Amino acid sequence: MLMRRIGRSSGASRSCFFISRGGFSTTTATSPDGTTLLPTKTSTPSSSTKSINLFTAINQALHIALESDPRSYVFGEDVGFGGVFRCSTGLADRFGKKRVFNTPLCEQGIVGFGIGLAAMGNRAIAEIQFADYIYPAFDQIVNEAAKFRYRSGNQFNCGGLTIRAPYGAVGHGGHYHSQSPEAFFCHVPGIKVVIPRSPREAKGLLLSCIRDPNPVVFFEPKWLYRLAVEEVPEDDYMLPLSQAEVIREGSDITLVGWGAQLAVMEQACADAEKDGISCELIDLRTLIPWDKETVEASVKKTGRLLISHEAPVTGGFAAEISASLVERCFLRLEAPIARVCGLDTPFPLVFEPFYMPTKNKILDAIKATVNY
Amino acid sequence: MATWFLKSRSVLQCVKTRAGLHQIICNRSLKGASLHSKALQLEDDLDYSENEAWYFPGGAVPFTSKINFIADSSEERIHCYRVLDNSGHHMLSNTSKLISKELAVQLYSSMVTLQMMDTVFNEVQRQGRTSFYMTSHGEEAINIASAAALSNEDIILPQYREHGVLLWRGFSLQEFANQLFANKADKGKGRQMPMHYGSNKHNYITVSSPLGTQIPQAVGVAYSLKMEKKDACVVTYFGDGTTSEGDFHAGLNFAAVLEVPVIFFCRNNGWAISTPVTEQFRSDGIAVKGRAYGIPSIRVDGNDALAIYDAMQEARKIAIKEQKPILIEALTYRVGHHSTSDDSTKYRAREEIEQWKADRNPISRYRNWIEGNGWWNEEQESTLRGSVRKQLMNAIGVAEKAERPALTDLFADVYHDMPTNLQEQERSLTETIRKHPQDFPSGFAVASQI
Repeated sequence: MLMRRIGRSSGASRSCFFISRGGFSTTTATSPDGTTLLPTKTSTPSSSTKSINLFTAINQALHIALESDPRSYVFGEDVGFGGVFRCSTGLADRFGKKRVFNTPLCEQGIVGFGIGLAAMGNRAIAEIQFADYIYPAFDQIVNEAAKFRYRSGNQFNCGGLTIRAPYGAVGHGGHYHSQSPEAFFCHVPGIKVVIPRSPREAKGLLLSCIRDPNPVVFFEPKWLYRLAVEEVPEDDYMLPLSQAEVIREGSDITLVGWGAQLAVMEQACADAEKDGISCELIDLRTLIPWDKETVEASVKKTGRLLISHEAPVTGGFAAEISASLVERCFLRLEAPIARVCGLDTPFPLVFEPFYMPTKNKILDAIKATVNY
Repeated sequence: MATWFLKSRSVLQCVKTRAGLHQIICNRSLKGASLHSKALQLEDDLDYSENEAWYFPGGAVPFTSKINFIADSSEERIHCYRVLDNSGHHMLSNTSKLISKELAVQLYSSMVTLQMMDTVFNEVQRQGRTSFYMTSHGEEAINIASAAALSNEDIILPQYREHGVLLWRGFSLQEFANQLFANKADKGKGRQMPMHYGSNKHNYITVSSPLGTQIPQAVGVAYSLKMEKKDACVVTYFGDGTTSEGDFHAGLNFAAVLEVPVIFFCRNNGWAISTPVTEQFRSDGIAVKGRAYGIPSIRVDGNDALAIYDAMQEARKIAIKEQKPILIEALTYRVGHHSTSDDSTKYRAREEIEQWKADRNPISRYRNWIEGNGWWNEEQESTLRGSVRKQLMNAIGVAEKAERPALTDLFADVYHDMPTNLQEQERSLTETIRKHPQDFPSGFAVASQI
């Protein structure tokens, strides 16, 4: 595991863990309290890797996508010069302004345009500058993209469409630069929703999303753009969609999350371990269609479930996971399923530290569940 | 902006974006310099002295010391292009190319077929045999003539009142009936309401109910054609009401900026269900809006088949040759109700409807012209109508008795591959149907083993 301490002048600190698994050696690093943590897995790398951050990993995925398919395009507000988060750096220089271009400032136009481009068999990679601004495109996503194949009797499809948007808390984002709107999209049959937890995951998942024959909404945890650093293979690779990953094995309780929240959950798991609680942590990765089987197998093993996300708790995606697991594992459950989520408020600025599902909120819930 | 210019007065800075599309001039000596931009087509108009004009992106902006608000409307409305007069006589002043007899007769037959198809299918709904219908009465010329001016490679993104375009392209009466009856042969697999036709074979992208969503999509389709250097364009249709939707503005703006071969065709038929155009916008219709986006536009008589054909041909030429969008506004009248769920006599005078139906009928006007040329007569008329009626009755009979789509079509195509949650739901539903068959309509093949 590689960790970085985030020092903040306001005093609120938020350390991040970036879990790296799956066949690549990682560098060890010092945790905030000074102890050195062992890497979770080491084995022979199958290709050369480089230590890069999240926006660089996404940038690499975009470079590879455009290189491997001449009929792929990247477009959105400000993507031409590299994008406000530098995810599209170098693309316009390398592939030209006809394949990588700015659009006018209009989300419904960006997604509508992308649907049309995808309907002609192209890979249309649209960027929405912040997930908070995706709503003008909601009609195009829900009524058009999600139903394009079904309503036409499979005569037409916009499977080549991928919509990327930065989401989640960033420390100072307030109402309109911090939202996690995934739950709205998880209620829409016909699209996929994918959220990576780290640079290595992001590159492989994004390439899968781009190449998947379904329209996909890909939320990128903006908090991790610069702060998450990980060994990432330099070549072209893909990670499977609709497959959750057990990133920490345990036997007392199952935790499920996605994106940046996993780092917080990982810390809670490490603390819980000191108190003798063995936690199994699962990264859902794809929210719809989601991998119920992996979560079910884990809950059948542990008998306890805790789900955590930044989005407000009411109607959040944790509710879907909870209801599904109660249906499947009712008699196995030792305790009610816990949800540690954002509050039912607009995302506040100065109150952010209070709003967030913190490590200790999770740890308290782990203990309450285990001691139920 | 003004302050910024003043501050940098003494500094010569010229910031060009990579494409050279914009030149943001912080300040510069206006004399003797040359500003040329391909997209902006700036003239060498540096006759302005420093106090007469500034150069903003887009060109020189001359100053004025008079406060002068541009009026909300022109003194005269945008003129309407027409070829045939009210009685169907070809106006001598018009210099458009004449079409061949063969094409002229084909146009007429198709308009009659469309009109008859609408009348009969509408009646079938009133009889309770289908659930819904929308006629294109009054807009037959728009439907058929606009389609005739295109090639089969041009991609159509319709709204919902352009089934005549699909008819022209070769979609059969049987295929129309199949969609209305939502049977197994429906290309859409029975998933959508009647009128939501789509045919990849005919390059006619499936209709969806939300209005205007097709407009920015058409720009994306056109961008693909442009990149593939295809000798084809995109045509997207919509009504007057839809031009109030955000997607209309989004689409036109994108098309102009991205420079794509798309024709935006507005059927201004005066009504959006019960809302007349006076309650829809205060501009001079839709044609005037083209300028706001930098799009060339034209207004045509939507009840004049030859005018529509002409304008569409010309628009297509420009769109493909210059790879830019065109806006066409066709003035017409929605003779029929909005749909079978509407009774338009509730909000407009019967006399108004009758006048447009009788006196300004696009089909009879055009018939006068072809009969005047000696290309059509009463005998051919009754032969045509007899034949179409027969085909319609047959198509409806076949469609009505046909099998329903298989139950698995409820679950297929939500995604490219059926995910596990849908497989599970299909299993569960199959079991429920077995247990409670009386709850469900018959005729849907259920897989015996899933």
